[in-house]
Amino acid sequence: MEETGLLPHLFRTEYSKIIAVLCNHFGMEHIEVAEDIVSDTFLTAAELWGMKGVPENPVAWLYTVAKNKTRNHLKRHHLFEKKIAPDLRYPSADTGTDIDLSTTAIADSQLAMIFTVCHPSVSKEAQIALALNLLCGFGVQEIADAFLTNRETIYKRLKRAKEKLREEKIAIAPPTVQMVAERMEIVLTTLYLLFNEGYYSVSGHHPLKKECCMEAMRLCLLLLGNPLTHTPATNALMALMCFHASRFEARTNSKGEVILYEDQDTLLWNKDLVEKGIFYLNSSAYGNQLSKFHLEAGIAYWHTHPEDTREKWEAILQLYNKLLMLEYTPVAALNRTYALAKANSIDEAIAEAEKLQLTDNHFYFVLLGELYAQLDPEKAKTLLRTAKEVARSESDRQLIQKKIAELEEKP
Amino acid sequence: MKDFLFLFRADYVEYAKRSPEELQSMTKKWMDWIGGIAAQNKLADRGNRLETGGRVIRPGNLVTDGPFCEIKESLGGYIVVKTTTIDEATEIAQGCPVYEIGGSVEIREISVM
Repeated sequence: MEETGLLPHLFRTEYSKIIAVLCNHFGMEHIEVAEDIVSDTFLTAAELWGMKGVPENPVAWLYTVAKNKTRNHLKRHHLFEKKIAPDLRYPSADTGTDIDLSTTAIADSQLAMIFTVCHPSVSKEAQIALALNLLCGFGVQEIADAFLTNRETIYKRLKRAKEKLREEKIAIAPPTVQMVAERMEIVLTTLYLLFNEGYYSVSGHHPLKKECCMEAMRLCLLLLGNPLTHTPATNALMALMCFHASRFEARTNSKGEVILYEDQDTLLWNKDLVEKGIFYLNSSAYGNQLSKFHLEAGIAYWHTHPEDTREKWEAILQLYNKLLMLEYTPVAALNRTYALAKANSIDEAIAEAEKLQLTDNHFYFVLLGELYAQLDPEKAKTLLRTAKEVARSESDRQLIQKKIAELEEKP
Repeated sequence: MKDFLFLFRADYVEYAKRSPEELQSMTKKWMDWIGGIAAQNKLADRGNRLETGGRVIRPGNLVTDGPFCEIKESLGGYIVVKTTTIDEATEIAQGCPVYEIGGSVEIREISVM
């Protein structure tokens, strides 16, 4: 790897690991101490590596420096406590001055951090921002880019969330049976949203988006590695992510434009990830709880079959029926109607689509346009033009324009 | 929005005698119908199916097997639908597959205590 690219890369992979271990050591109330120490470590690296060259084992170097800085901090802290505030002892300061940065300690700390970030008192939006920051090592600007918002908003959101963690005295601790029972759903939903943020967000082609997905998968694997968090739903979520990720290379072209499912080169679909997805899907089939991740993984499984068979669409339709009974979302409602057209008939799908009345959603008009394409091309074009007016992003408008052009080419 | 209870009644004993293919196709129709209500975000509770057997208890602890001893139609299941008016609920109920087996839908507004 190029020397210039090395440090940002290490920042991404190591920052969150050291933060998790330090927070685990100090407690969440001293999160800013942990952040200061890690930022300082990377600053030192940037200065020294620039002058003296990159050390032989950069990760070990970072860990050693972080350890030293922690030791120094604790010494100073101890001094302060002894001299100035003898009655205000933090118990964490007594637990020894060395931090453990072994692979196991990192995994345990990050698992504990996932559960801290997903505490019910933290808002949903803040949870994802916190997860990106504390678990994936994304900076404020990067998170702002991913959320299509500005630095200031994200900065404030993170600051408030961290204050909340402090105020509510939320401990960072390995998950217990009770914590799993209370927070597992939020944990899985956060990872799911993290993945979707990377997979579906409209902010155009951005290399970070793929990393967002990869990070969600890494954290999901971490959950699968612990017997308490290795649940059917965790396996199902992992399967879902594998199936989606298998189409990564096929879903954008060299210019970063989105290629729709039906236009993708299936040779670019990653067979290994499909295999892994099937493995996790099979592993998810126990217990008596059918989660939305099971249903979505089932749908994603069928989408790894490019053939347009009735069996496939009937299976997808029934999975969407069940998913909607569990939880309504406009996306599921629209996709269900598309499956209805394929499994039953276009007429039935049109009748059902018109009942949805999702008139502020451009996908609604795209769906209707597609359904009318054969029956009434003029009407289809009008619907697609409406879709274009309702669409909010440039890439969506481009895709819709493409569809209109295709209809116009037909005699 | 108001919640409306849909009660499905039919001769389920007779219905169970149909061929597996017919039963499977009926299940699909039910799933598609309820899925369609859910897709409009009008399903408040996906409800349950009810087993055919049961008991009826009357004053004086009089217990009888039932509930279908006198009339053939029995309660087979329920869902809860949310709409603004009972007319809207009625329109939804008109697509129910229960009529194909000679059954009926009873709609009752749920009065929240």
